[in-house]
Amino acid sequence: MSADTAAYLSNVLVDAAMIIWAVALAAFAADLAFGSPVRHQVAERVAVGAGAPDRSVEAAGDAPDDTRATSRWFGIGWGTLVLGTVVLGAGVLMRGLAAERVPWGNMYEFAITGSFLVAGAYLLLSRRYDLRTFAIWVTGVLLLTVGLAVTVLYIPAAPLVPALRSPWLVIHVAAATIAAAFFTLSMVAASLFLVRDTAERRGRTQGRFVSRLPDAATLDRVAYRVTAFGFPIWTFAVVAGAIWAEYAWGRYWGWDPKETWSLITWIVYAAYLHARTTTGWRGRRAAIISLVAYATLLFNFFGVNIAFVGLHSYGGV
Amino acid sequence: MTDTLTRQDAPTPPPASMSPVELGRWVWRQLTSMRVALFLLFLLAVAAVPGSIVPQREANPLAAADWAERNPGLATWAERLGLFDLYSTPWFSAIYLLLMISLVGCIIPRMGTHWRALRAAPPAPPSRLTRMPAHREQATPATPEQALDAAERVLRARRFRVHRVPDTRARPGESAGTALAAERGYLKETGNLLFHLSLVLILVAVALGSLYGYRGSVLVVEGDGFANSPIQYDGLTAGARFDAGDLPPFALTVDEFVMEFEPEGPAMGSPSDFEATVTLEPTPGAPLEQRVVRVNNPLSVDGTLVHLLNPGYAPQVTVRDDQGEVLLSQPVPFLPQDQSFTSTGVVKIPRGDDPDIGIQGIFLPTGVIGPEGPQSVFPGLGNPVLVITAWQGDLGLDDGVTQSVYRIDTEGMTQLTDGDEPFRAALGVGDSVDLPDGLGSVTLDGVSTWVNLQVSRNAGKEVALAGATLAILGLMPTLFVRRRRIWVRVRNGSSVSHGTPSDTSAANRDTVLAIAGLDRVASGDSGDLDEEVAAVAAAVEKEMT
Repeated sequence: MSADTAAYLSNVLVDAAMIIWAVALAAFAADLAFGSPVRHQVAERVAVGAGAPDRSVEAAGDAPDDTRATSRWFGIGWGTLVLGTVVLGAGVLMRGLAAERVPWGNMYEFAITGSFLVAGAYLLLSRRYDLRTFAIWVTGVLLLTVGLAVTVLYIPAAPLVPALRSPWLVIHVAAATIAAAFFTLSMVAASLFLVRDTAERRGRTQGRFVSRLPDAATLDRVAYRVTAFGFPIWTFAVVAGAIWAEYAWGRYWGWDPKETWSLITWIVYAAYLHARTTTGWRGRRAAIISLVAYATLLFNFFGVNIAFVGLHSYGGV
Repeated sequence: MTDTLTRQDAPTPPPASMSPVELGRWVWRQLTSMRVALFLLFLLAVAAVPGSIVPQREANPLAAADWAERNPGLATWAERLGLFDLYSTPWFSAIYLLLMISLVGCIIPRMGTHWRALRAAPPAPPSRLTRMPAHREQATPATPEQALDAAERVLRARRFRVHRVPDTRARPGESAGTALAAERGYLKETGNLLFHLSLVLILVAVALGSLYGYRGSVLVVEGDGFANSPIQYDGLTAGARFDAGDLPPFALTVDEFVMEFEPEGPAMGSPSDFEATVTLEPTPGAPLEQRVVRVNNPLSVDGTLVHLLNPGYAPQVTVRDDQGEVLLSQPVPFLPQDQSFTSTGVVKIPRGDDPDIGIQGIFLPTGVIGPEGPQSVFPGLGNPVLVITAWQGDLGLDDGVTQSVYRIDTEGMTQLTDGDEPFRAALGVGDSVDLPDGLGSVTLDGVSTWVNLQVSRNAGKEVALAGATLAILGLMPTLFVRRRRIWVRVRNGSSVSHGTPSDTSAANRDTVLAIAGLDRVASGDSGDLDEEVAAVAAAVEKEMT
């Protein structure tokens, strides 16, 4: 297959994934609107089992079939979400073949690879935790990211500029992307936690939407665990970046805007982890810190490239 | 910084009147409290932001000067606050130093506590195990001693540290006198302490770097070389303890510097390879070595790194006077202005008593003279064109003021004209042009390349790497290990006083085994405690049959 064919196929596959995910989003929305709400008690019961796979199965076994089974709309959504993820994965792979290198050399590739990882991490995590209620939000975030990639960030497949030609690109950017995928999921969990927690405080948990969310404690725990996975990976990404900077630019840390913001993100996530152990800061405040941390991460990925000129300004926007 | 087990969490207002010692204690308690640590973390994050908006002098002096020129009002304030060198300002340093003090103040006592905990037995079971988050009771036909033995084997297999302790807190008649106190997950705190200490190590490394490190840059035209000494650098930033005598005394010549660009495709014109072939003399008199330096592939000489920074073209220009006498003949480095390497530069020719000549040039590697003037369409040397204009007058070279070698101050000079139009000529390689008024001629003999080499030593980088590696190693157990206590109490029980025994039907079951678990949760992340206690209970049952 020639590079041109691969590049063309990649574009088609990414577009296709976007359309398939749009269908998934519509199906999840329909599920929310027309599907039957899950009974609260059962939802809680399943949630208790989160963390131990065998327990979840046990809980599912205990529960009557209709509570575990989901509406047909949800089934369509889930199927298309998985399909879209596979198609996007193929698109990312083709992009790599077209450019003859790892597909994370510029922001477009970063966005599509990142979306694929978020989707993959979500699908993997939902085998372990009951995260079905996240589906619509995760799909929304994914669709937004890929949409942005295709419309604003797109640049044709091309070899890397010399500055990026290093094994550290593979290591540094891969780690940053994986960590960002985890942080994205934790952002979704933290947002839903705030919604659910507010509802619980007001005693209004019977609503069509809120009643389907896992209870606040579970959401809080999921947000924490996913962040706990992402944080060491992010730390590693920053360190790998510093090692690369030493090779490429002759200093391991130079307060380039990208470096500065990666440290800011690191500090705010560190604050989140500390806040969770501090009385008076657990729960809502910690969740808000986590959202702030995610905002700094987003700014680092998109804002810094667009707003500032630094050493990381290459490979197009 | 620390978990709730040790940090002072409740905000205590300062007592109304305090002796200096009391005040000191109060300040220390506040500083090492988690709240203040959190506050300092946020402060550090916020304080780092302006440095990403205002260009930093050390990283990019040109951009900083440019920013100051474009924002004169803001620049005054930025200057006052030290925003151009934000990360070395006293106030920024104060934040991270306070944070480090807070961290150390928290870590040191915890190290002692942890050291003692590692050597001591976990505390004896509390009087009421039923109040623990997870609790089980079961009867067994074994003797209390056998039951304890079995439980000990099970817990050890599950990697608990198990101690037999006198069951001092049990209520009368509820214990056989000895109980098991088991704990697992000490690695969590070990990792946590290691992580925080590693951060201190990284800070030490950064301090070493800023004391002993240096970074110089030098522009070398292809064919030229330089010896490693501060006099040869165009710019040098060095730490307070830097000594020019520490510089490794190498010398190198750039034999060839090649720039290649993508010739076609969507990325046409973007750099595909920059490669310098250099001859290195590692120490004076040592055998010469030929080396290749690339972007991402620096030359390393005795702990000093030589990097390729930005490259450019240097048109080889010869200027003759009206007699054909050569006034100047050399490659002149031009500064690239855009992606296509459209470059600008000047040639300055002092002529003693006669008025100086200044030539301003635009160099186009692949030149096209279009309707909008001369422009370069490709950064490679497709059709090199040098477009020149010329000035006559005083270049100001004798004023003793350092001036740019890339710019001419045309104030006090007059532009040479060709009739009514300003004089202008476009030279291909090998072309010559006569300057107006019989001032001589300019020839473009060829085109060389130049490259900016950065010579640097980052003192303490190995320490920083060690710190970073240890930090990541420490993070893993901190986040993923769960610290958990399990207590096992046995009693001779024909009756079960409280709790529901799982099995009382069998005959001869006259020992009751109570198992309770407690997570020392710092993060509010309670997990599978119930499952583990149940699993331990089941395993003990199995062990005894």
